[in-house]
Amino acid sequence: MTFKLPAIDYLALAPMLVLFGAACAGVLVDALVPREWRYHVQVPLSLVALLASGGFVVALANRKEHVVTAGSAVVIDGPGLFLQGSIVVLGIVALFLVAERRLEPGGAFVAQAAVVAGSEADRKQMRKPGVTEVYPMMLFALAGMMLFCSANDLLTMFVALEVFSLPLYLLCALARRRRLLSQEAAVKYFLLGAFASAFFLYGVAMIYGYAGKVDFRGINEAVLGSSNSKTLLLIGLAMLAIGLLFKVAAVPFHVWTPDVYQGAPTPITAFMAACTKVAAFGGLLRVLYVAFERSSWDFRPTLGVIAAATMIVGAVLAVTQTDIKRLLAYSSVANAGYLLTGTLSMNRDGLKYTMFYLVAYGFTVLAAFAIVMLVRDSDGEATHLARWAGLGRRSPVFASLFTFLMLAFAGIPLTSGFTAKFGVFAAAVGGNMTWLVIIGVLSSMILAFPYLRVVVLMWLSVPGDDTPTVSVPGAFTAAALFVGVAMTLVLGVAPNQALELVNDAGAFLR
Amino acid sequence: MDNIQYSAAVEYAAASGTLSSIWLLFAIPLASAAVLFLLGRRADKWGHLLGVASVVATFVLGLVYFFQLKGLSGNRSAEVDLFSFMPVGSLKVDFGLLLDPLSAVFVLLITGVGSLIHIYAVGYMAHDPGRRRFFAFFNLFIAAMLLLVLGNNYVMLYFGWEGVGLASYLLISFFFDKPSAATAGKKAFLMNRVGDAGFAIAMFLMFAQLGSVNYDDVFNGVNQLTQGTVLVMGLLLLLGACGKSGQFPLQAWLPDAMEGPTPVSALIHAATMVTAGVYLIARSNAVFSANATLQTVVVSIGALTLLIGCVIGCAKDDIKRVLAYSTVSQIGYMFLGVGLGGAAYALAIIHLLAHGFFKAGMFLGAGSVMHGMQDQVDIRRFGGLWKYMKITWITFGLGYVAIIGLPPLSGFFTKDPIILAAFNRPGWTGWLFGGAALLGAGLTAFYMTRLFVLTFHGPKRWTDGQHPHESPAVMTVPLVLLAVGSVASGFLMSTSVVDWLTPVLGKHAEEHGRLGHWTVTGMTMAVVALGLAAGVLLFRKGTALEEQPAGPVVTAARNNLYADTFNELVFELPGRYLTRALVFLDNRGIDGVVNGLAAMVGGGSGRLRRAQTGYVRSYALSMLGGALLVVAALMAVTLG
Repeated sequence: MTFKLPAIDYLALAPMLVLFGAACAGVLVDALVPREWRYHVQVPLSLVALLASGGFVVALANRKEHVVTAGSAVVIDGPGLFLQGSIVVLGIVALFLVAERRLEPGGAFVAQAAVVAGSEADRKQMRKPGVTEVYPMMLFALAGMMLFCSANDLLTMFVALEVFSLPLYLLCALARRRRLLSQEAAVKYFLLGAFASAFFLYGVAMIYGYAGKVDFRGINEAVLGSSNSKTLLLIGLAMLAIGLLFKVAAVPFHVWTPDVYQGAPTPITAFMAACTKVAAFGGLLRVLYVAFERSSWDFRPTLGVIAAATMIVGAVLAVTQTDIKRLLAYSSVANAGYLLTGTLSMNRDGLKYTMFYLVAYGFTVLAAFAIVMLVRDSDGEATHLARWAGLGRRSPVFASLFTFLMLAFAGIPLTSGFTAKFGVFAAAVGGNMTWLVIIGVLSSMILAFPYLRVVVLMWLSVPGDDTPTVSVPGAFTAAALFVGVAMTLVLGVAPNQALELVNDAGAFLR
Repeated sequence: MDNIQYSAAVEYAAASGTLSSIWLLFAIPLASAAVLFLLGRRADKWGHLLGVASVVATFVLGLVYFFQLKGLSGNRSAEVDLFSFMPVGSLKVDFGLLLDPLSAVFVLLITGVGSLIHIYAVGYMAHDPGRRRFFAFFNLFIAAMLLLVLGNNYVMLYFGWEGVGLASYLLISFFFDKPSAATAGKKAFLMNRVGDAGFAIAMFLMFAQLGSVNYDDVFNGVNQLTQGTVLVMGLLLLLGACGKSGQFPLQAWLPDAMEGPTPVSALIHAATMVTAGVYLIARSNAVFSANATLQTVVVSIGALTLLIGCVIGCAKDDIKRVLAYSTVSQIGYMFLGVGLGGAAYALAIIHLLAHGFFKAGMFLGAGSVMHGMQDQVDIRRFGGLWKYMKITWITFGLGYVAIIGLPPLSGFFTKDPIILAAFNRPGWTGWLFGGAALLGAGLTAFYMTRLFVLTFHGPKRWTDGQHPHESPAVMTVPLVLLAVGSVASGFLMSTSVVDWLTPVLGKHAEEHGRLGHWTVTGMTMAVVALGLAAGVLLFRKGTALEEQPAGPVVTAARNNLYADTFNELVFELPGRYLTRALVFLDNRGIDGVVNGLAAMVGGGSGRLRRAQTGYVRSYALSMLGGALLVVAALMAVTLG
């Protein structure tokens, strides 16, 4: 038996190949370059790789030639490129947060992750600069996310899922402060993530049993024509959905979110909130729109209930949170519900506005976590909300920016939050999911309350003795904050450019 | 209810000449607010002057546009599409503005009354360290309010709607060292959100049914919708309007909002923002006129709220709260008007404009009294003030005569026709709503007389150390101008403004109902005289200094007719239990439920303690439970 090598369109894969290559180079850098030089090599290397990858995405988008390549394992189409581009851009902003070393000597990451927390060796390493392996791991994760959005069959998708998940599990464990919390978060995320991956893989097997194929086009054809038992299809679809819903943090698969968001180093939390969200929804969109479009009558009621539960549970639980990172975690859960609402419209508007929402939310959440990084005292970040009381009097500029971001989360008009929510809800109404929109509107009304509570706390409370100050951001954090806030404003006031971009992206290639 | 006569489809003319720059109207106060925010303390010295200048400039500009619009022949409207907000796909929303007769009168009211209140606030806030910030919020509010009335589609209206809500929330909470102010701000915000949710869903419904949220598309498309859809859409819009305008069942926030500084109460919670609900209904008159049930609901809410406001107003002793409940009640009259439909739309609008003058005047007068009485607000502790603050006395008195509707002041020309129109509603409901409006007029006369007499006349009942004095000119001049407006506006507007509004609200034939004009006027005058006489007789000798025990009716009125209890039961309690249940489930997870069941079955209560939080296995179990549910649900939906 001879294998025929599939033809590979290297240019089409270039955005991902650049990142994988740079990530491998980054591993070598860590092995070969002296410790004190590594940071100064890794950051430019990652940045250049991301810029190059972004350049290739733009070039491919301009080529307007949509291809299925690598033996039909990867598809490069308009929405896929848009999602890849979003991941790269949001990844660059997240990289700025990761690279910040001015707020905390040595950065937000521990020097040696394997040292027992609280031991003598641990105290010694407190002053050493953080690990630089985070950069190649981030690049691996980003490349995996991009592949996840462009996979054309379930097996490639599964590989991509693991490629971007494993670095994330590790990155979660690397916080310099509150080491135990960080390690606990990482273990929880890993165990539950593995559990979810198992569901996904089981779903792949079921679908293969039903369709005899794992590529999306084949599944799509089989949904109409296969004579196999429909039970296989439904169980398979449910299992696949569970694996994906875990990543997007939908109820009841959201349980990891608050713990992991709280425990992970804040730049990594920001990275997950922005980029993982894009990748997970990119994958979900592709699976539902390309492979299972014809069974939408089967899954829409069930996934609709999940979306409704996600919106309600996320919003209501956000009300009772007292830690800003946990609050943002539950807000991320609720936002997953709004995104699911857009996804389930199962029409072109749904695809467009869900992608727009992902970008809009990504920028806002990155900027919000950037400010969380800045509010700190001698013990590191002050994340308990009580400590934020009166922040507006101490640092009016940052409190104003955070207020603006909170208003964006609350969906107040002329911020990107309004445009995005309006878009997905309108799309869902167009897709006959009006009942979901009603729940969505009610949920966003509830969710506005915790955000406004933070605003009131910052401005209308008298600062206490333990109100931390806002540190002066380094150039990296300042840049991330600026980009995040500026995009939140631009996408709220004049979203037409970005909307034309998602419109031009067109539909998925089948 | 098909007396509406749209001769042609609704169509707006594109703006030309100077009218194409109507965006300046909201851009000027917005720019001023931005400057005041961004410059921070550097602008403390002159910030208030900039704030005043920007609003006055906007008023002048509004006048220019008004006369431009007047000069147009035929279709008096100017539509400007600034840019395409959401350009692509089936959902198109433009950042579009529309200046037509309806929005033009609102622009003049907002900027005119707004200018006077800004000037007054310069004096009122003179000693407040946060004066610059106050003016920044004030300008922001004006900009948002102008955006609200100038939009050419519902999304623009919603922008302004949320903007004024936000500004009002921030301004109520302005006196933040008072916990009551923070609570009031929160309450205003929450109850407005309930209304906003209705409005937002109505917009999505329009989009789903008509594919557009532009005024002209919606109004022209209403006829194609089923009656059920129109009813639902209208009720949702009405919910939004009730939230913003403090109408039943969402009226409880408005009086609490009086915790904010007095100029805020005057501008936002009397003259402008609270009338946004009336604007919404008047603007959507094509929707509301298309369904008779809908109109009946609006009329009922108006009639009910106007009585609620009157009854509670009789029992309150806080000068600002009495005025607040009178606002609730007067907006009830406006809702009654817009609900009656037909010719009464225009009546509601002119009552709104007149109300803007006399209520702003009285609120500022109350502020002037508080200014001279060391922030005392209890009317039992006033008395005999007419001698000490003559200008405040006279101007407040004119506002008072205007609100109770004595001729020839404005209330007479604007409120009486609404009562007449209510009586002339066909069927037995005409008697009901007319009777309610008439009763309201009598009660208004009574409680406003009580307020006026107890404050300015009778024996002095001051607390120790009071030295009342007249306020400075910067505060009294606006009072005088507003008083002139309360005197003259009614007669001037009663025909001219009604004609002016015809293109928007439709032309309606003169109706002759069951009761003649003079009959109703006579009845109203008799009832008002009765209320006035009762008020004077009861309170000319003053009143007890403390709250006296009272019967069930008065106690209920003192407790705002238990509206807070109602809200707690309907909104707060379910929310609280939902939160608790979810927190419980989230902490315990499915693990807890399973363990709990096991404990109950096994009878070992000790096992319950093992239902701990934060364990991965508990999380994994809840995921497994969720997975089973998802699979089962998918199978059930398809195969079941």
